[in-house]
Amino acid sequence: MQKLGVEVLTISVDSIYVHKMWNEHELSKMINKDIPFPMLSDQDGSIGKMYGIYDEDTGVETRGRFIIDPDGIIQGFEVLTPPVGRNISESVRQIKAFQLVRESQGAEATPSGWKPGKKTLKPSPDLVGNIWKEWKVSEAFDD
Amino acid sequence: MAEEFRPGCQRPEIKKPKVDEAVSQGVLPLKEEGNVMVKVGKAAPDFTASAYYQGKFMNVSLSEYIGKWVLICFYPGDFTFV
Repeated sequence: MQKLGVEVLTISVDSIYVHKMWNEHELSKMINKDIPFPMLSDQDGSIGKMYGIYDEDTGVETRGRFIIDPDGIIQGFEVLTPPVGRNISESVRQIKAFQLVRESQGAEATPSGWKPGKKTLKPSPDLVGNIWKEWKVSEAFDD
Repeated sequence: MAEEFRPGCQRPEIKKPKVDEAVSQGVLPLKEEGNVMVKVGKAAPDFTASAYYQGKFMNVSLSEYIGKWVLICFYPGDFTFV
């Protein structure tokens, strides 16, 4: 993420003291250094409520992941219930796609299954009804 | 930038997000009971929260990150398994 120029913030209802202990006792042992991003504390769930991912029944925040662009606009999100972890590579792929689209100022779009190196589409009146010539369904899947 | 603070014996102050402000700016829909999901293509609601970052305690606001790409990850709790 740092390589992509992306700032990461993590948020849970735990206190900053528990964040410190989790970093020291477990996470830093996984990566042999301190967690390289701020671990935020949302003890009353108010941030989670604002983003729609706070679960009142269990009093915790579900696995909500939000991509926010340099203008502060939410470009994408994904929310999972607690037992299933995220796919970080998919977040990286989406960020690369959003960065490409932004750099092209909307001249390019990334079709289903796009990843870096694969063909983008350039929306124009001529492309309407002709995507079948430019793009094959097989490109939606990994090689 | 994020401002460091020294911990006292009380819990760090909870900085309530400015929900009313977000509603008046049209970022959030009118407040209803329960959760309302944010929308893609709309401004991310701003917030300030206490944070632990590399040995320090600090206050972090989302608005500090304007001009940068940001990935926010919520999760159920520290010391959970996935």
